[in-house]
Amino acid sequence: MMLTLVGLSHGITDDMALRNRGTGADVMVRPPSSNLLSLGGVGMSEKYVALVREQPHVALATGTLVQSVAGLFNSIAGIHLDEFNALSGGFHYLHGGPFQNPHELIVDSTEARSDHLHVGSIVKLGKDWRVTGIVEGGKLSHMFGDIKLLQDEYSQTAKVNFIWVRVDNPANIPSVVAELKDKLPDFNIYTMEEMTSLLAPDNIPLIKGFTDVVIGIAVIVGFLVVFLSMYTAVLERTREIGVLKALGASPSYVLGILIRETVLLAIAGSIVGIVMSYGSQVLLTNFAPSFLTMEIVKLWWPIAMGIALAGSLVGALYPGFKAARQDAIEALSYD
Amino acid sequence: MIEIRDLTKVYRTGEIDVHALRGVSLSVARGEFLSVVGPSGSGKSTLFNILGGLTPPTSGTVHIDGRDLLKMTDAERTDLRKKTVGFVFQKYNLLPTLTAEDNIAIARDIAGNKAEPDPQFQEILTLLGIRERMHHKPRALSGGEQQRVAIARSIVNHPAILLADEPTGNLDTENSTAVLGILRDLNNRLNQTILMITHNPEAAAYGHRTVHMRDGRIVE
Repeated sequence: MMLTLVGLSHGITDDMALRNRGTGADVMVRPPSSNLLSLGGVGMSEKYVALVREQPHVALATGTLVQSVAGLFNSIAGIHLDEFNALSGGFHYLHGGPFQNPHELIVDSTEARSDHLHVGSIVKLGKDWRVTGIVEGGKLSHMFGDIKLLQDEYSQTAKVNFIWVRVDNPANIPSVVAELKDKLPDFNIYTMEEMTSLLAPDNIPLIKGFTDVVIGIAVIVGFLVVFLSMYTAVLERTREIGVLKALGASPSYVLGILIRETVLLAIAGSIVGIVMSYGSQVLLTNFAPSFLTMEIVKLWWPIAMGIALAGSLVGALYPGFKAARQDAIEALSYD
Repeated sequence: MIEIRDLTKVYRTGEIDVHALRGVSLSVARGEFLSVVGPSGSGKSTLFNILGGLTPPTSGTVHIDGRDLLKMTDAERTDLRKKTVGFVFQKYNLLPTLTAEDNIAIARDIAGNKAEPDPQFQEILTLLGIRERMHHKPRALSGGEQQRVAIARSIVNHPAILLADEPTGNLDTENSTAVLGILRDLNNRLNQTILMITHNPEAAAYGHRTVHMRDGRIVE
């Protein structure tokens, strides 16, 4: 559970970062009162796109209106197709082609696989939208439509909520950012490097808090499961413990047996957990919505194993001491 | 080998004191095979539990090889069970998840004997008739075979004293005879000191001497 949720939090944020980087932009401008994680939210006037374009060293700038749909993390991006193609290097169409008429959209391969879409499929986003093309993923969103139509559909006429900026030379990125911050003092302006580091799960309070709670629950559940199973094991093996004591086993010898068993259980459980996290990944990839991207975070394997060991050992302590203190005569007469 | 003088043991059960032993005095020589006979509640098992270091006496003196049990700490009594005393129980008390071989090995592990058992022990396994059954778990062994494994386990660390608590209590006549014969053989060959509790006068006759207990005392 822990590895799956950690994998999900890393997968979702890394996927967002990857798709933002996939725009090909060097700098991202977001309106005041927005945050990095929000996909939709308040818009800003399209006139700011023009203002950004006028700045020195800005090679390209385009506005997009990203609207969240079907939950927190999935979105449809309203784009100026030509501008977005110029910025990102263009879509690679696996099937079909670009949208040309109202209520047409293109989807990426992840979305197509997740929702079983193909060219000609209808997607319900308030109104019916027809899929005209399936493209390779990794660029901003999983679904794309014409920005003008989306602005009207979502009552955001002449508004965008992202401005993507390509700088003529990477060396000029700091000066462009400084210039933009000067011209747009209340706006949130990030370089792609800043955006990537800010999208780490530890920098997102919601995800970090959630992960911490899940780890806490995992420790408590692990403790209770091991406590109960060890307590039961000690009761079931009362006579065996008596035999060991009659053979001269010291309390530390008996405790050592239970601790070794607990450690083995925790390690085996961790390995099973790791294998199951791969299973979760396969299930999520094939059956979950496209925004639920899960990564295998190997860095967390020793952490999860450590947490499992700690929870298990704490859970085994009381049953272990109970076994170690067991009276040999009573234990031998136990049926 | 064993010197017991005025040994008493009082158990407290709730508010009531139970006098399990009321002044037992007994001497057992090295290499003696002693049978202890008596009805249930006569104090036989309590005497064995004290001699085996499983419970401390209340008063009196018990010397085993010159060491006073009354003055022993819990750790010293644990050490006594490890090195000086071997137990054979009526219900065999083999660990069910281990093979016969591992049941014997764990006794060696507890005693801190890491080396392989000596060649003499292999001979004893042959004498016990279980050499070919060492890789079986207790559930695959007959009662007689389990008791022989238990005997092998009890002597693998060469204890000075072997305490056998009704070792034939769960066995049929044929197996009882075999187990008693093995105990007498061990006594003869290894000069093993053996104390055996039994209800059966025929079994008691295998010993050099028989003492009778009643109401916590030795009566004859």
